[in-house]
Amino acid sequence: MDNSLRISHEKELNLEATELRLGLPGSDEPEKRSVVRSNKRSSPEASEELECMSKGNMNSNGSDVTSDHDQDNVVPPAKAQVVGWPPIRSYRKNNLQQKKGEEGEGSGMYVKVSMAGAPYLRKIDLKVYKSYPELLKTLGNMFKCTFGEYSEREGYNGSEYAPTYEDKDGDWMLVGDVPWNMFVSSCKRLRIMKGSEAKGLGCL
Amino acid sequence: MPRLAYSFPEEVLEHVFSFIECDKDRGSISLVCKSWYEIEAWCRRRVFVGNCYAVSPATVVKRFPKVRSVAIKGKPHFADFNLVPEGWGAYVFPWIKAMAAAYPWLQEIRLKRMVITDECLELIAKSFKNFSVLVLTSCEGFTTDGLAAITANCRNLRELELRESEVEDICGHWLSHFPDSYTSLVSLNISCLGNEVNLSALERLVSRCTNLQTLRLNRAVPLEKLANLLRGAPQLVELGTGTYSTEMRPEVFANLAEAFSGCKQLKSLSGFWDVLPSYLPALYPVCSSLTSLNLSYATIQSSDLIKLVSQCESLQRLWVLDYIEDAGLEVIAASCKDLRELRVFPSDPFGLEPNVALTEQGLVSVSEGCTKLQSVLYFCRQMSNAALDTIARNRPNMTRFRLCIIEPRAPDYLTREPLDAGFGAIVEHCKDLRRLSLSGLLSDRVFEYIGTYGKKLEMLSVAFAGDTDLGLHHVLSGCDNLRKLEIRDCPFGDKALLANAAKLETMRSLWMSSCLVSYGACKLLGLKLPRLNVEVIDERGPPDSRPDSSPVEKLYIYRTVSGPRLDMPGYVWRMEDDSALRVS
Repeated sequence: MDNSLRISHEKELNLEATELRLGLPGSDEPEKRSVVRSNKRSSPEASEELECMSKGNMNSNGSDVTSDHDQDNVVPPAKAQVVGWPPIRSYRKNNLQQKKGEEGEGSGMYVKVSMAGAPYLRKIDLKVYKSYPELLKTLGNMFKCTFGEYSEREGYNGSEYAPTYEDKDGDWMLVGDVPWNMFVSSCKRLRIMKGSEAKGLGCL
Repeated sequence: MPRLAYSFPEEVLEHVFSFIECDKDRGSISLVCKSWYEIEAWCRRRVFVGNCYAVSPATVVKRFPKVRSVAIKGKPHFADFNLVPEGWGAYVFPWIKAMAAAYPWLQEIRLKRMVITDECLELIAKSFKNFSVLVLTSCEGFTTDGLAAITANCRNLRELELRESEVEDICGHWLSHFPDSYTSLVSLNISCLGNEVNLSALERLVSRCTNLQTLRLNRAVPLEKLANLLRGAPQLVELGTGTYSTEMRPEVFANLAEAFSGCKQLKSLSGFWDVLPSYLPALYPVCSSLTSLNLSYATIQSSDLIKLVSQCESLQRLWVLDYIEDAGLEVIAASCKDLRELRVFPSDPFGLEPNVALTEQGLVSVSEGCTKLQSVLYFCRQMSNAALDTIARNRPNMTRFRLCIIEPRAPDYLTREPLDAGFGAIVEHCKDLRRLSLSGLLSDRVFEYIGTYGKKLEMLSVAFAGDTDLGLHHVLSGCDNLRKLEIRDCPFGDKALLANAAKLETMRSLWMSSCLVSYGACKLLGLKLPRLNVEVIDERGPPDSRPDSSPVEKLYIYRTVSGPRLDMPGYVWRMEDDSALRVS
């Protein structure tokens, strides 16, 4: 599909790809392998060139760019997608994405994230995450905190911090109680509360 | 001396042959002598065509005049991953047309990766009075209008399964076209349909078809409706839910749990889109008798998955997302002692960083604890030779092993070496291995192992691997039972292919894309091997406009007895053989 209508040169041996292993892992065709993204940090321009799927990765890795990572300076956060790799059927890929059309395509769903004691707020795009574990992992990295295990009865009991959110009705809810899709469509902002503060929330 | 073949009346031989179902055995029978060939052909009831272009419909109906059941496969496997452009072919219409004329008593049609139009469906509905089974796997080209033709006309329909097919969903009322008097449905799979079907029609259908064993719903069926459907079919053996979440309401939950407890025969569950974990306990009553569980759409956390799967002590097949994590797989290794097949799919295939704690360790655990494990499809982000070696030694009974390390050319994460030794261990110890998919950093070495040990290997999938033509040569010269070989993005060129050209006639097909096979070599192969169709797929325009040494984009070679196909799209070029050139 994406291979179509590209002018190709003599193909270089695919061995070149091995050289670029620390860089882009692969691209649409061997002759395009030389197209390495020169900007090492994610940028709005680079993100626009990518398809929706990898756009998500861009943003979720944006936070990684600021964290310690030994590939930080070598791997551009953007990843050019190789056609048909990993080998997953499209109906499966589509089904992993959230139901379309609920938030409006392509616009991103940025919500503010605050934390008690932090000097400034952050913003994250809820659309790039597909589940609670992913979201909580990012929040944990962003604010250097842990949440412990969620249980319906006890919430995040026992952990130092608990993720909460303000929903459409203006109520503060515990993150994790409702199905993911429902959460994304009703979450207006996030707040990481101290465990002790969060105790009254979301109890059935 | 009277010949043995004539000492039995035909009817007796026919009766004897009727016990032989396996295609391969039927083929052997037909080679014994001319009369056995004829008798066998006359009484063959099922035909399997592994490649729709390997033989023509006319040839099939001529040889086997009394067929009741047909199965046909079309596009190459890599079409699943968008490597085959639109309009490539695999149209079933010529088959339906030929069979409509030749097989008025045809009962079953099973298609995989084929294009089937509404016109075809209408022709089926019109032509086969006893039509009872339609299974379309990974097919496309039709709409719900075509389905309406089937449901309205096929009085004896027993199975209607749309597995992972692309259906244009025009109207949900196709299901209502089953007449009220129709009660013979045994199996209904609509899981791939995008839109709602008429739910009340579905409920009535389900409750009046008392032989219904399989019901796979689509995502659009709300969870609140599931209990009613189950009550209408407590005899169900296989169920695919619709969306598995709704607002948490105790009465909905109780209703659902009760409905599930009423299904005493339930062995297989699937569906589970949008799971709300609090509804999972409704399944607990049926868990211990489940043999098959497909949770590959359930985006729920490891702990919830574990709570469910740990109760499924009879499980033989499990499909799950990598949210199961290593911890979950350890539990499975301890609880699911009857497991035969495991598939772990990636929840975030395009992310650069692992989003879950799933590593090679999970697979190692299962290989240790599940002694009957023989079929694996595993997506992960790291692998080691040591782990593969352990898995191989644990499970010499492995028959299908497909490993996808998400990063192309990823080395052994512990030693940074290629994974040659690890996969080598797999082929060496798993002597009955029939299917293998490779990934990770691999040199020509791994192919040497495969050629040496992979004697039973029938299908091999290779991506981003190898160094030189020697790799391909090892496989083509060593794997005696190879039927299907598919390769992408490997530095394999002309030499191995030309040196092993004759091997290609013993295989069903060879696919190579983004490799280094030149146009000249393709032409040569086409020229010298008239029993092969050598098709070059190139969307850059005619290969003649480029030098002979220029590598082709994609190459699909398959053996055939029916000569060139006549339905190739503009970007497919068939390499002509000698005979064609002489005639023109």
